[in-house]
Amino acid sequence: MSGISRRDFFKISGAMCGAATLSSVDAKAQSRPVNILSDDRMGVLVDTTVCIGCRNCEWACKDAHGIPTEHIDTYQDRTVFKEYRRPNEQSLTVVNEYKNPKSEYLPTNVKIQCMHCDHPSCVSVCIVGAFSKLENGSVVWDTSKCIGCRYCMVACPFQIPTYEFEKAIEPNISKCDFCIERTKQGKLTACVEICPVEALTYGPRQELIKIARKRIQRNPDRYVNHIYGEKEVGGTAWMYLAGQDFGEIEFKKFGDKPAPGISESIQHGIFAYFVPPAMFYSLLGMIMWIAKKRETEKKEKQNQISEGESHE
Amino acid sequence: MSENFITVPLSGEHKKVSFLTPGVFLLILIALNGLVFLAGRFIFGIGAVTNLDNYYPWGLWIGVDVAAGVALAAGGFTSSALAHILHREDFHVIVRPALLTAMLGYTFVAIGVMTDIGRWYYIWHPLINWNPNSALFEVGICVMFYLTVLYVEFLPAVVERFLHKVNLPGILKGLNNLFEKILSLLDKTLPKVMFIFIIAGVVLSTLHQSSLGTLMVIAGDKMHPLWQTPILPLLFFLSAVSVGFPMVMFESLIAAKSFGLKPEMHVLSKLGKVMPLLLGIYLAFKLGDMFIRETFVYLFEFNTVSVMFLIELFVGVIIPIRLFLSKKVLNKPCLLMVASGMVVFGVFLNRVNNFVTAYTPPFADYSYFPSYGEISVTLGFVAILVLLYRAIVMIFPVISIPKDPERNQVEEC
Repeated sequence: MSGISRRDFFKISGAMCGAATLSSVDAKAQSRPVNILSDDRMGVLVDTTVCIGCRNCEWACKDAHGIPTEHIDTYQDRTVFKEYRRPNEQSLTVVNEYKNPKSEYLPTNVKIQCMHCDHPSCVSVCIVGAFSKLENGSVVWDTSKCIGCRYCMVACPFQIPTYEFEKAIEPNISKCDFCIERTKQGKLTACVEICPVEALTYGPRQELIKIARKRIQRNPDRYVNHIYGEKEVGGTAWMYLAGQDFGEIEFKKFGDKPAPGISESIQHGIFAYFVPPAMFYSLLGMIMWIAKKRETEKKEKQNQISEGESHE
Repeated sequence: MSENFITVPLSGEHKKVSFLTPGVFLLILIALNGLVFLAGRFIFGIGAVTNLDNYYPWGLWIGVDVAAGVALAAGGFTSSALAHILHREDFHVIVRPALLTAMLGYTFVAIGVMTDIGRWYYIWHPLINWNPNSALFEVGICVMFYLTVLYVEFLPAVVERFLHKVNLPGILKGLNNLFEKILSLLDKTLPKVMFIFIIAGVVLSTLHQSSLGTLMVIAGDKMHPLWQTPILPLLFFLSAVSVGFPMVMFESLIAAKSFGLKPEMHVLSKLGKVMPLLLGIYLAFKLGDMFIRETFVYLFEFNTVSVMFLIELFVGVIIPIRLFLSKKVLNKPCLLMVASGMVVFGVFLNRVNNFVTAYTPPFADYSYFPSYGEISVTLGFVAILVLLYRAIVMIFPVISIPKDPERNQVEEC
């Protein structure tokens, strides 16, 4: 959807809104969701064949986001892997462990977090546009807009955004923000910076794809020939390499089409510059006018007949 | 035909029953039980009262209070389209009851939304933060506008009731004149501008009834293929249109029974006659979609999902079509009530299925079932709605009765 039609939408809906609120609407409408797909967007390549499951990234993430955490040494505890874990407001990223078919003693560890889609569902569906896709590839959430409807959670194909169900006031939606505060200052994301084995590579997404291809080419036995996230749901900023089938490490299969595609084309088909609703309105108006006219004519005729009868 | 009828408040000389009955007491109890859990939700958060979690972010409240609520309030726009836009005067008697249902229904949809969203105090945010890509944004804006339209459409009943009769007690006496002036101003202007609101109501309803279906399209394969289809918005619209009249019939028959009035069968049978066509169109698209996407393979798995789908299809659509084709059903109040009740149930179940049954998120190894608290709040809202309906038809002129009291003999079914 181009920016022009969106602008038109605002113009027309603005006219529909009451004049009293109009001035404030104009000012705030400028802060509509950003959805930039820059050619230079950044990404991270996760090599699950390198990851050792030290969970230092979990600690660094909490540390960077001001989430209370125990000492980093406690993260050596591998018993947490007994349970499959998902990210939540306490840990925006988690590492899980899977069996490695190639070696009994070297399990596969997989870090999960927001994939930072190129065509994010959350940006598309958010009722107030609280999600934005920024120029550097991050998908971020704006607490000042959010109304807590949780549509993002229903829409996200990777089941990433989480909600604070126990909070009565100001519950937050939580998800990895690609360390936007750090990258703004030119720093690496916390998880990439701390990773001791360089399982995570931060860089321009297009470069990362080239690097990933080279790794697969050089070591065809080590990797399955698939870069997860290169094309899934239209591409994601975070991409994965694996030594086993991605289904085995609980990555869902997706097509290449962006997730918001169908629903957005339905929305724009119905609204298309507000022409269809306006035409429908006029059509109904015409029907109403004709039907009323016919009814009054009928009544007049009846009156004439009855008057004629009474004269006789 | 409508000249033989007068629209009156069911109080004073037209009073047949008192407000309080054993049934009403039961409703008050259900309402109070709901309010307790509602208070719990606002004090301790959504998690304290519901079974919702990060896997199942939407549950009973979105499925029933919002989605089913919007669908079952469709009688408002279908009957005003029939009576006002197609200008069928004989159907005017059903418009006000349908309008009242829609007005109360949408009010409770709004309250339901406020209960379900985490930051309810920001419910107005969509007015200033727009996201035209979002189906939910469209639903939200349309519902806000439509609720306003419904209140405007109901104003004539208020004017009729109080014009030249404003008599405030005590200190408020001084305001009598002012209110009288406002009412007479409304009395003069409303008939001239009402057509704008009537058409707007139909347009807004068409838009958001269908967009409510678009909501789940983006959930993709999280939703069972029996329901997940790109034509969801069309199916939602067609089912809303086909549940509008059955809801009107069902309510009218219940109200007649409860207030000891003669059912308005002369109008209701005519509405019933249209039903095979409306339901038939819905059924054709639903089955057509099923065959094109070849989802019938899931029908005979006989698990919860397929059974729910079959109930929705047979009880809600196919059997009612057969019933509405029968002359006997069209003329007998109790049979008509059964037939229309089945359609209401079918569309209700369809909305619950779309938002709750069909939703199977990845990584979750359990299913969602609503908690006692969630069910209590939903039932409480329904009870309050029914109580308000009862009170309003006793205060305001909503229901039409024959001018000739002789004709208002209740026949037993």
